[in-house]
Amino acid sequence: MNDGFLYYALIFLASAVLVVPLAKRSGLGSILGYLLAGVVIGPFGMKFINNPDAILHFAEFGVVMMLFLIGLELQPQTLWRLRKPILGLGSSQVILTTLLISGAAFALGQPWAVSLAIGMGLALSSTAIVIQLMQERNLMPTHTGQSAFSVLLFQDIAVIPILAAIPLLAVAGDVNSLVHAYEVVEDRAGGSLWQKALTVLGMVSFLILIGHYVVRHILHYIAKTNLREISTAFALLLVVGVALLMDSIGLSPALGAFIAGVILADSEYRHEIETQIEPFKAILLGLFFISVGMSINFDVFVSQPMTVFSLVLALLVIKLFVLFVLGKIFKLDFSENILFSTLLAQGGEFAFVIFAFALQVRLLDENTASLLNLTVAISMALTPILILLHDRVVVKLLSKSYNNNDPQSDLSANIIAPRPVIIAGYGRFGQIIGRLLMANGIKATILDHDPHQIDFLRKFDMKVYYGDVKDMEILHSAGADTAQILVLALDDRDASLKVIPRVKERFPHLKILARAYDRRHAYDLTKAGADYYIRETFGSALMLGEELLKFLGTDPYHAKKLVRKFSRHDIETLKSSFDHFEDNNALISFAIQSRDELIKIFEEDRKDMERQHDDDDWDNPPRT
Amino acid sequence: MNPVLVVFAHPALHRSKVNKQMFEAAQATEGVTAHNLYAAYPDFDINISREHELMEQHSAIVLQHPFFWYSAPSLLKEWMDRTLSLGWAYGPNATALHGKVLMSAITMGGAAHAYHPEGQNRYTINQFLTPFDQTAHLCGMSYVEPFLFHSALRATPQDINLHCQSYSERLSALRDGLPLPLFERSHS
Repeated sequence: MNDGFLYYALIFLASAVLVVPLAKRSGLGSILGYLLAGVVIGPFGMKFINNPDAILHFAEFGVVMMLFLIGLELQPQTLWRLRKPILGLGSSQVILTTLLISGAAFALGQPWAVSLAIGMGLALSSTAIVIQLMQERNLMPTHTGQSAFSVLLFQDIAVIPILAAIPLLAVAGDVNSLVHAYEVVEDRAGGSLWQKALTVLGMVSFLILIGHYVVRHILHYIAKTNLREISTAFALLLVVGVALLMDSIGLSPALGAFIAGVILADSEYRHEIETQIEPFKAILLGLFFISVGMSINFDVFVSQPMTVFSLVLALLVIKLFVLFVLGKIFKLDFSENILFSTLLAQGGEFAFVIFAFALQVRLLDENTASLLNLTVAISMALTPILILLHDRVVVKLLSKSYNNNDPQSDLSANIIAPRPVIIAGYGRFGQIIGRLLMANGIKATILDHDPHQIDFLRKFDMKVYYGDVKDMEILHSAGADTAQILVLALDDRDASLKVIPRVKERFPHLKILARAYDRRHAYDLTKAGADYYIRETFGSALMLGEELLKFLGTDPYHAKKLVRKFSRHDIETLKSSFDHFEDNNALISFAIQSRDELIKIFEEDRKDMERQHDDDDWDNPPRT
Repeated sequence: MNPVLVVFAHPALHRSKVNKQMFEAAQATEGVTAHNLYAAYPDFDINISREHELMEQHSAIVLQHPFFWYSAPSLLKEWMDRTLSLGWAYGPNATALHGKVLMSAITMGGAAHAYHPEGQNRYTINQFLTPFDQTAHLCGMSYVEPFLFHSALRATPQDINLHCQSYSERLSALRDGLPLPLFERSHS
């Protein structure tokens, strides 16, 4: 069909637009939405599209872009700091899981070489799903997130030797395919191991050089021409080029893109590249999830449902077990460990690649391969569900047991010495407030969902609760009945908005002081019923501005007055702009709205500062 | 040598005609430490121990400021309230300021004749300054004749130059320990 591309685009976009917002609204999350959309349009649903493999192959580029973006976020020194979990936790996960799954396959009667291939393929988890889930939940910077990320990174590296080992296994397993396997090995990369290592090393140094000297100049040159689409094109070119380059020397494109990202992480154009790539990544990743949904082979499922069911169960149980034991050894907290293990318990997209290759070298037969692929796809689809279950059930149970372990947490203690303040969210923002209160002997209860933080704080005799502030039961046990003030210092904007009406309903006496992200969020917070808000960067930016005025030679007291005046003016304009927020209907794109808003603000600023000359406090000094 | 500390308070220096130039003259005078309160404490958060140290290091203290509502700008009042503390500046065994000289250097908008029982301001300058005199007394300091500049808003550059020159001379006299007339207590 000539208009094939447009037809596909129509199907994909329509299904995504229809299903994903629904899934997100109903609390299932966007990944499940994409998977569902895939099932609906795929060969086993409404049959709009019948060749999911080709599309999967194309959409895998979304994973490449994702790893490139992750690399961009990671400075080399951060990577160096993670070397222990990557090499220790990552390698033990891959090796132990491979051994256990291979053992199980062998016990089920598979030849050893086939068992080993299955074990290696299934040991890997899904970078795409896990990282997306973690980013949705803001988990990346936490201990759990870093551990999971380390494991994923090691797995991405492990793909290379695994792919190299598959033809060798084919040789070892079946002498007949010897010649064929040799051809395949020749075909890929070629040359001795030494040569290959040298090529990789050379390529990485080449990339470092290019990244440091050439890319910077090109970006600078493009930036000067002021052609937005060309810098987008260049950013894409960069990722595509790196991926192809890495592929040509036998590295996985995803790993190559990751390395390239890390190399460019120091560049001053990092954010520019990031914003250019981000939308492509998001769309391709969505396409990737859709194709995973499409590739769930319901024929196989219908013909041998029990086999598929037990395979999925076995896969999840074995992986959970290994991950949990390792999490324990690597000093993850119990609750962190549960999340960590649940996150990584599925099979990953690399399994498709490995099994396809094993099929190609005749190590696996058709039926086994499709069974395995189905198992992996189902386990991937189950992951967001498991995480939902974790959020709804495990966290609740955990917070109960956690908080009961705290000797101060029984209600009677609260009645004897009520703590007037509850601080929800103890990150960079909440900490400052907490320290101010602690320094002045005002007792506060702290609510956070990072257990690491919690153990640390308990050492300082702070009353700390583990749990989700959106859960009114947690707030109740944190003493919301006797407290006077709730500080919402969360960095999750939507969570703050959700909490406020619930708190106002259940604990109407609580005053809510909220951390706002920007003007729009400030408005939303006020509308939701917050008693006070402060934009999180407002105070510090003004303080820097005051110092700047002083550096420019403005008299310090005058600088202070100017800043105070500006601050007052800004707070007032923000308040009066609230009506205007109200008028705008939701259809006006947010970007345009906030740009118009900004123009208005600038105009108001100028007018007000001009007026200032007329009403300066010291034009009529009380001079006597 | 008797080092002199000029404690200067002006909340809008960028609009000052006389005080700014006076302060610069003080800065240029040998043996004088010129201390700009509004610049040092724009948020009124006075570092008390630092101020005590400064006063202990000097034997004469000059309070330089415009006359606002017949008194000092608010930060100078805050400075007095916070630094002249019980047990250090006054009270039993408090001798930190004993024997030091205190002088006011004030610029005023009103003309000299306005500060008169029959004038617009109804009281004499010295009547308005009695709180400073008594403060000095309680702290064991001797309050000398104030150094005044009248009709500051109408002053010509020449007047100001002359005044600044004699301000520098007055500060030098304090530094050299020359005898200055004491503040004249008014009897009503």
